Amino acid sequence: MLQKIYDWIDERLDITPMWRDIADHEVPEHVNPAHHFSAFVYCFGGLTFFVTVIQILSGMFLTMYYVPDIIHAYESVYFLQNEVTHGVIVRGMHHWGASLVIVMMFLHTLRVFFTGSYKKPRELNWVVGVLIFFVMLGLGFTGYLLPWDMKAYFATVVGLEIAESAPVIGGFAKALLAGGEIIGAQTLTRFFAIHVFFLPGALLGLLGAHFYMIRKQGISGPL
Amino acid sequence: MSEKEHKVSRRQFLSYCLMGVGGFMAAAAVTPMARFALDPALEAGGESDYVSVASVDDLTEEPKRFDFKVTVEDAWYESEQSRTAWIYREGNEIIALSPVCTHLGCTVNWDANEDHPNQFYCPCHHGRFEKSGKNIANTPPTRPLDVYDMEVRDGTVYLGRTIQR
Repeated sequence: MLQKIYDWIDERLDITPMWRDIADHEVPEHVNPAHHFSAFVYCFGGLTFFVTVIQILSGMFLTMYYVPDIIHAYESVYFLQNEVTHGVIVRGMHHWGASLVIVMMFLHTLRVFFTGSYKKPRELNWVVGVLIFFVMLGLGFTGYLLPWDMKAYFATVVGLEIAESAPVIGGFAKALLAGGEIIGAQTLTRFFAIHVFFLPGALLGLLGAHFYMIRKQGISGPL
Repeated sequence: MSEKEHKVSRRQFLSYCLMGVGGFMAAAAVTPMARFALDPALEAGGESDYVSVASVDDLTEEPKRFDFKVTVEDAWYESEQSRTAWIYREGNEIIALSPVCTHLGCTVNWDANEDHPNQFYCPCHHGRFEKSGKNIANTPPTRPLDVYDMEVRDGTVYLGRTIQR
């Protein structure tokens, strides 16, 4: 049945070359853990992406209940975690996944660094990777405020103080991020918009570039 | 089919394994999220809270309008909303009708149209109901007005949720 549906579409649109291009490629021996177990270090990039997918999915579902408003934000998080079935699991996935992304990304960066994979001709991919790193930190920073509890609020107060301490542009950067003088209603809506629209958009673009380059250039050779 | 005819190549076997493990992981991730999203649709309706609305002495054979307040719990937001009931007595029986037209949810009024006295009339599409709440044939509504779940204690009428008839 499925095969027939696939054949029907393939006959008309010739989709086989498209997914073969994406999915069908040799995995060199030196990155295959079945040959050398130590090659598991090559999995961290893929694991970062896997956790990122979980983050995007769980985040999409969380916005069904979350509201970015200083009066109701905490209540809505409390509600979705304690009143909605499996809410504690979905929020838990997003909460722990956020830390896991950073850990996986760090391990992936270490592997790239110690295998020298950033060297010519892959310098650009390293640059894009560093941009992804900053976007991920931005996602972590903006997402941390959203539950609007004491920890979230004061973490953001401190974070914005750090931004303010930058020479020359500090005051402007803080006002821009906070949406004014007060860390309050506008800060929360701003951080929410950045967290669910701007940074994920940037992230998807950068990931696309990251993956395009690795497929174009192939994985770096053995040590 | 014998074992010999049913050949599975190494590639096929590995791809089945991969699909199985991948499917399991995807299901483990997506199941809680799907249940999370479906929760409002799967939650059963809440309990009926009775609110005191009218004194039995105030009721007549003629339906009278009574407004009352109920506390509505909407997820993390609690609010007071006003409700209306048309209440009348018929002998010893007390009937409390909901004013929500069963056609498309406008609000009906008792004896409001000169051409149709002693009926509930809906101004939106000229839906009409008899005093008992029964919908009148050849007007838009297809079922009678809902009645309120009711309790009478110490000469006071308490109303709960509306019940479809």
